[in-house]
Order: sequence, then structure tokens, then C-alpha cells
Amino acid sequence: MAMPLESPITFSNVGKIRWWQRGIFASQTGYVLLALAVLLVVMHFASPYFFTEGNMQNVAKNFSFIAIATLGVTFVIITGGIDLSVGSMMCFSAMITSMVMTEVSTPGGLGASLFVHMAADGKTVLANVPGLILLVSIVAGLGVALIAGLVNGFCIAVLGLSPFVTTLGMLSILRGLGYVVSNGRGSFPGGPDADYFYAATSGDVLGVPVPFIYLVVLALTMAVVLHHTAFGRHVFALGGNEKAAELTGIPVVRVKIEVYVICALAAGLQGIIISGWLGSAPANMATSYELNVIAAAVIGGANLAGGIGGPLGAIVGCVLLEVIRNGLVLAQVSSYWQQTLVGVIIILAVLVDRVRSKMI
Amino acid sequence: MTSVDATPVLELQGIGKEFGAIRALHGVDMQVLPGEVVGLMGDNGAGKSTLVKIIAGNFRPSHGEIRFAGDAVHFSRPVDARAVGIEVVYQDLALADNLTAAANVFLGRELKRKFGPLALLDHKAMAARALELFGELRSETRPDDLVKQMSGGQRQAVAIARTRLSNARLVMMDEPTAAISVRQVEQVLGLIHRLKEQGVAVMLISHRMPDVFAVCDRVIVMRRGEKRADKPIHETSPEEVTALITGAKEAA
Repeated sequence: MAMPLESPITFSNVGKIRWWQRGIFASQTGYVLLALAVLLVVMHFASPYFFTEGNMQNVAKNFSFIAIATLGVTFVIITGGIDLSVGSMMCFSAMITSMVMTEVSTPGGLGASLFVHMAADGKTVLANVPGLILLVSIVAGLGVALIAGLVNGFCIAVLGLSPFVTTLGMLSILRGLGYVVSNGRGSFPGGPDADYFYAATSGDVLGVPVPFIYLVVLALTMAVVLHHTAFGRHVFALGGNEKAAELTGIPVVRVKIEVYVICALAAGLQGIIISGWLGSAPANMATSYELNVIAAAVIGGANLAGGIGGPLGAIVGCVLLEVIRNGLVLAQVSSYWQQTLVGVIIILAVLVDRVRSKMI
Repeated sequence: MTSVDATPVLELQGIGKEFGAIRALHGVDMQVLPGEVVGLMGDNGAGKSTLVKIIAGNFRPSHGEIRFAGDAVHFSRPVDARAVGIEVVYQDLALADNLTAAANVFLGRELKRKFGPLALLDHKAMAARALELFGELRSETRPDDLVKQMSGGQRQAVAIARTRLSNARLVMMDEPTAAISVRQVEQVLGLIHRLKEQGVAVMLISHRMPDVFAVCDRVIVMRRGEKRADKPIHETSPEEVTALITGAKEAA
């Protein structure tokens, strides 16, 4: 029942918002990106080694190690939640992946007969289907992340517990479980598929580190999901006004559970990638990484109050942290200064945003 | 008013609601006809918002029956009420500040385009339809502007435009004119007239006597959880309604 348009609207009183007052130009992400560009230029003049190919590869690899988890936690932060369990989740997923890989690759191990057999010499172990062990162990690692994410989401969305407390509990639960299953020793990826595992987690394709490629693909996917699907719109609506989201019929419980599951899966994947680079999954791996991940998201412009954030911001935050770390090393500043500086930058980034939003 | 013998779009019979020991509503009967504008008045605590929340599906009534277009209905969630054609414009407008006007209008019922297995948002179609709706409301609102940056009247327009998306047969407005400028009040009242012309029934919950007398066909006065008056607007006066609201006059 569309009503006829009686007169076209004329915008006599309402001015158009200028291009520099909207979108990325008016966001924290925008000028943190600018600050990053300035920093890169400064670094170039400060150290001749900064823009060498080796160092750039190093930087790209290092920030990819927290950036995928940062993408995941950004989803949660946009809804106005928080996930403190990402560090433990990385460790536990990585540990389960390498334990499953070792277990099914050892003749006589649980279910190993399905995956491996002895070679004629009685010493070498061969995979029945190359790559299958890798697939099964990664699925197992992501499976435990999925379950932990579902538990987080259920407690927060259905039982109504606070995200902070729930995920703080999950942080401790997962870290504890990691020590339990490994007896505190950590685990190593082994067996015939271990080479595939290292190639898939810490290899290069045409000189580009593999984790960086995963990151780019996931970030682009995230941008599409956030801005061009109904789910993404609901994620933003939830962070903007949860009551309104409920009143307009958005399935609030389902969306919340989904974001915690996405975050857990991202953290799990991140953990598996890190363990490939380390060559093992020690029980104390990724301890306190949740703080780096959340700091990167916040520096990149995700608002802990909810409603604002995106993949570009997450990546910019991670790059900025890594460039500063890298820069301090090149400048031969004690690495102990690093954390202090990160804290200052978190506060500065949020402060500048506050000043800007008051000026406009 | 439209013809008197039409089926009422909404009919309440003996609606009552208790919250523990507190009796918020008792024995409320009322009818709303298609194309009729009914003013619902009463002091704070008189039971109007409880009544609105029951009709909107936020609460279930403890007693009584709701009939919508002749059929008995039971709402357990607001979505159920919306599905049969009841839309509510909430007092706090229920808008997400961080989204654009168009995104808010279409929140929860986004238009999508299929790209193979993917269903992506159809931004263009939503912006165009939202602009059309704002045109009908004569509101200078750009679909792509963030609600955060808008005036009170523009926000109101966004909230009202939302109800125009579906084929609503009853629109309830909770204090739509409470926090906006004089010119914007005129616009909102004009919109209520236009809804009426389309045969949409409107329930206006308001404290502002001039607005109620300007647009309503009938006024219902609530006091202490009961209906105290239900009169055609031309048979009553602001003085009488005030007396009924305050209790100076018990019933009419």
C-alpha cells in the first residue's frame, strides 16, 4: 500500500554530510591508518633495514599471527561483548591438533590403523591417504574450538551471564584442560603429514607467508559478511541498541552465539598456525595473547561499547603493534619498553577519537 | 470515522493483567475500527503502557481475550503481533544509532539479492524505498545518513517509516510528539491523517491534549487500571478528559 508521493523531498534545511565527515575518514581506523603510514615513513629514514624484503616478510608473518584471532574478536566486540578466552583457545586448539596428528600417525595408536601403515622396512610410517591425517587433526582442533565457542555463546546469550565473566572462566578452563591433556608438557605435530602441516601453516607462496594469505582471504570475507549480509547488519544492530534489535525481530540469541563461535574458530585456527611456526604446541603457548588481540582491535577502532569495528581496523591495529615492536628492535631499544608503549598507544588512539567526535 | 458496522480491527474483551499482587489492568473492553484514530490517555501508572504492551505482544494478559480482525489471537512475542499486522512506534523509538536511516527502516526485514547461494543486501533498493517513505512523511531525511547524526524529528520519521514497510492494519504510537519541535509535531499529525486515509487504524498514546483533539476520532481514558471513558471526540472536551484523568470525575 504505497502512498503516492505528494511532493518530492527537497533538502532545504538538512545539509549533506561531507565526504570527509563520513565513512573511514571520520573513523578511528582512518587516522590510525594515517599514523601507521607516518610511522612507516619515519621507520624508513630511521633504519635502512626496515624496508628490506626479509624484514617486510618478517613483519607480515608476525602480525598475521595475531590478526586472524583479532578478526574473530572484532565480531564479538562489535556486538558489545568481549572474549577473553582467545589466548587459551589458541593453545588448546593447537594442542589437540598436534596430539590427534601424532596419535593417529603412530601405529598401534587410537584409530591409527585407519590412517597409516608400516612400510616394508618396518620402521617408516606411511599415510594411507596423503593429507587425510592433516585434515582430520585440523578438524579435531577446530572442533574443540567450536564446542568452546558454543559454550561461551550459550552462557552469554541464553543464560544471560556477562561476557567478561563467562570468557574469563573459559580462559581458565581451556588453559587448565591444555595442561591436563598434555600433562603440562605440550605436544608436537608428528607423523607422515607433519611436512604438509608445516607447509600449510608457516610456508611461503611466491615469497608471501601463508598465514598472510589466510588473513587477507578471511578479512575480505569478513568485510563482505559485515556490510553486505543480513547477519552482519544484525551484528552491528546488536552493538548499537540491543533492545531495538530484539523489538525489530532480530534473532538476538542466535546472532550472539554465532559471533562467539566465529571468534572461537578464528582463535583456534590462529593457534594451529602459530604451532606450525613454533614447531610445537607448548602448554603455555599464547599466554596473555588475548590482551594483544583485544588491544589491536581497540587501537584499530573497534569500540568496546559496541556498534563500531571492522576487518580493516583489526588489521591496522595488528600492523601498528608489530611495526612498533619491530621498530624498537631495529632501533636497539630494550624490548621491555614494548608493552609500556603499547599501553600508551591504546590510550592515545581512544583519546584522539574522543577529541575528534567532540569537534564535529 | 469509517462505517460503524465494519469488523473491528482490534477488539479487547475483559483484559486484565496482574504482576504478583499488583493489579495493573482490570476488565478492559475496547474496539478499534479500521481507519479510526483512537487516543489513549491517562496519568502515569494508569495502565496505558501495560495495555499497549499486551496488544504488542510484550506481555500476555492474565485475563480476557484479544481479537484481531475478528479472530482470537495469542501473542507470545512482539514478532507474533507484527506478523498479523500490528506495528508499534516505541517512545524511545528503538533505533540503532550506529546504522543508517535506511538500515534502521529495514532492520530485521532486509531486502536481499541472490548471488548463487549467497543472499547479499540490496542496498540500492532499500535506500530507494526508504527515500520514498521519507518523502511520504515529508521528512528531510537522507537514507544514507547515520541515525546518530539526526534530529529528533528525523528519528521519529525513521521509526514511523518502519511501520509503513509492512501492511500494518493497526499502528500504535507511544508518545510520538513528546520530544520534537512544533513543525515536526505538525508532520507527525499529518502522517496520522494519511494512515487513516489508507484505512489503517491508529492508537495514539499521548499526554498532549491538543494533539489528541486534533487527530483522534475517539478518546479512551484510563485510570487506576480501568477504562473510565470511551467517547467520540466531539462529545467531550479537554476539560472533561482532564477531569477523568485526574479522577475529579470518576467515569463518563
